[in-house]
Amino acid sequence: MTKTNPLDRRSFLRLAGLSLGAGALYRVGGALAQTGEGKSVSRLLAAANGEAPAPFAFAQLSDTHVGFQGPPDPMGTAAFERAAAVLDGMAARPELILFTGDLTHDSEDQDERVRRMRRFKEIAGRIRVPVMKMIPGEHDAGIDGGALYREIFGETTYSFDHRGVHFVALDNVSRARPEVGPERIAWLKADLARFSPSTPLVVFTHRPLFDLKPEWEWFTSDGDKVMNVLAPFENVTVLYGHIHREDAHVEGRVRHYAARSLVFAFPEPAAAQKKPLPFDAKRPFANLGLRLVHAGGEKAPAARSIGIEDVELTMREHSGTEGFQQLLRPSPT
Amino acid sequence: MGTVRNLSRAVCALALAGALSQSRAAAAERVVEITAKRFEFSPREVTLKRGETVRLQLHSEDVVHGFFQRKLGIDTEIEPGKTTEVVVTPAEAGRFLVICHHFCGSGHGGMNLVFVVE
Repeated sequence: MTKTNPLDRRSFLRLAGLSLGAGALYRVGGALAQTGEGKSVSRLLAAANGEAPAPFAFAQLSDTHVGFQGPPDPMGTAAFERAAAVLDGMAARPELILFTGDLTHDSEDQDERVRRMRRFKEIAGRIRVPVMKMIPGEHDAGIDGGALYREIFGETTYSFDHRGVHFVALDNVSRARPEVGPERIAWLKADLARFSPSTPLVVFTHRPLFDLKPEWEWFTSDGDKVMNVLAPFENVTVLYGHIHREDAHVEGRVRHYAARSLVFAFPEPAAAQKKPLPFDAKRPFANLGLRLVHAGGEKAPAARSIGIEDVELTMREHSGTEGFQQLLRPSPT
Repeated sequence: MGTVRNLSRAVCALALAGALSQSRAAAAERVVEITAKRFEFSPREVTLKRGETVRLQLHSEDVVHGFFQRKLGIDTEIEPGKTTEVVVTPAEAGRFLVICHHFCGSGHGGMNLVFVVE
């Protein structure tokens, strides 16, 4: 009988993540069905959770800021529209798209806010995918506690299951401050109570749930309380936006990933000033280009051993479609 | 009974001394007025001394703003029509960026001031 390493069970969902100007594409447990060990892990999870995770891909788009006009980025919705076209044009489109906030840029004019939210829906609607989920950013919900967002998009905190993975949308913006709040944390605790520790969780939020750079408002004041609720779970991935750049961070056994924005980028957290990176008219999607984020990789062979499809992607800033197609090709095992 | 009365006098005397001491300390504290309005603080830079206790008096001219600096232990909100007080004693020198962390509109992300601690 094959003995399954607990680390393997925890890490089966390690994401081969591609952070793009067009968002980030993830593959979940791609080789679970292909290897003996993967099948074993899958059976264990099915017994524990009632549903075995099945391979699937999903994309994350963030910070589309519909309605924003430069400087520093005069391109408006061009990158978002391009991302939508790339995703819709894929030979095998992802099953699920997550938008991690700041769908729109805020406005003092309520009618304009409505127009921007409708425009967002129109562009997002061009992507033919079965499931599309979103959460607000502070530019969508900070000014009115999320009232208009709820009217147009629905609840700001909720959960759903997809192929054996439990997804949680967690609002950390509509209280105006960078916090989730005690009510939502209590809800999270109740929501997760029915799941076993081996259930793979994907939490998506707008601001980082850890102290990435508090003086730039890159934090959530009660993020540690959220982490305490998630602590019993062996396989937790947090996806967020807000920082307009990619970032990967591991804390304990929770992996945090930020996707790039679809408007201007911010510098790395080590920079002295939070000043948007300058726009280059000759390379309008610069800093929104392709980039592969490895999770697992050479230093985590156990993660790969259970069949993560680690895709080697070449950075090519204007080759969005090609990059996606590369990702969809099965990787050599 | 006499002992209780004496003890009571001693407690009163101690309390009075404490109050006077606090009063002198409060009188000695430097007060810095800071005004918030969308999307700036005024002044933009405040110089403090390491080890000096300063009383910050915060006002908002328009909407609710935040006032946050993790390393100095400052985390409060400034409501219009009220004075919010924060007492700070910086322990180390340096430049500390204070941000508004209560979303106040499209320029919110750039609303900050700097404490220069010498």
